[in-house]
Amino acid sequence: MNTAVDDKTLQADVNAFELDDIDRQIVVATQSGLPLDPRPYDVLASQLGLSAADVMQRMRRMQETGVIRRIGAVPNHYALGYKGNGMTVWNVPDEHIDELGRRVGELEFVSHCYHRPRHLPDWPYNLFAMVHAPTRDEALQLVESIANLLGKHDRGHTVLFSSRILKKTGLRFQP
Amino acid sequence: MDAIDRDIINTLQAGFPISERPYAEVAAGLGIEETELLQRLQVLLDEKKLSRFGPMYHAEKLGGAFSLVAMQVPEEIYEQVAELVNSYAEVAHNYQRDHAFNMWFVLATETPQRVDEVNAEITRRTGLPVFNMPKLKEFYVGLRLDAHR
Repeated sequence: MNTAVDDKTLQADVNAFELDDIDRQIVVATQSGLPLDPRPYDVLASQLGLSAADVMQRMRRMQETGVIRRIGAVPNHYALGYKGNGMTVWNVPDEHIDELGRRVGELEFVSHCYHRPRHLPDWPYNLFAMVHAPTRDEALQLVESIANLLGKHDRGHTVLFSSRILKKTGLRFQP
Repeated sequence: MDAIDRDIINTLQAGFPISERPYAEVAAGLGIEETELLQRLQVLLDEKKLSRFGPMYHAEKLGGAFSLVAMQVPEEIYEQVAELVNSYAEVAHNYQRDHAFNMWFVLATETPQRVDEVNAEITRRTGLPVFNMPKLKEFYVGLRLDAHR
């Protein structure tokens, strides 16, 4: 295998994410939301002094490279009838966390799943999985199914229910 | 919220086209007019059924960073601390949770070092320690809530 070629390929992938000033202007113009207009990309284009084709092409590129995770709606869980919103946290052996995290993340009712650092002694948990259910009781049943899946690797867990949204604006970069 | 609103929310969680008339395309799929979709979206946002509608950006790929931060805030100063934390533009969300760690916020910063700066400032201004918990690995992020009730 030719490592020089591999390095070059890797470099090209990294460069694909690099944004120029115009991309950044698009980020700042859309981070609070997309215009509610029949032609939202035209509206952005006229705000930024670009053509709609240019705005769309740049946003497509940002979506392809993962800079834009997705374009869509972020629902308010509570308003949709989800009162059992729990952050479940688990203390699992570090040597198994990649496999366990992948399996927990595949569960249909888990919306986010991450490996995060412990802060001993206050915080022994290293695997985080968000679950959402209409009630806390139903959420607790979901916690039990995660516990069953982890089996002997579950060295302690708890669930932190959210009682109030203090802020939910999303990412805000300065212009 | 009626069945059409629920359809809109479920459909728009999956994605949105980049095209000249994207709302018209989505509306056609839902069997409604473009104007109705736009009006209903406006109401869903005004009534906070939706927190936002638009592109979700990946802070790390913009050269910045995300981190989850936890605090143990005494009840008697909780509101002041929440106000102080929320005053930072870098705080993207903040949730109160029923636990000794009762405040959990997400920082989305333009540079990786800004996470440490904001955390240090919050500690200095509140006198409370912060527990920085950046993700070490992401297994799945596909938030998809079924708007069923």
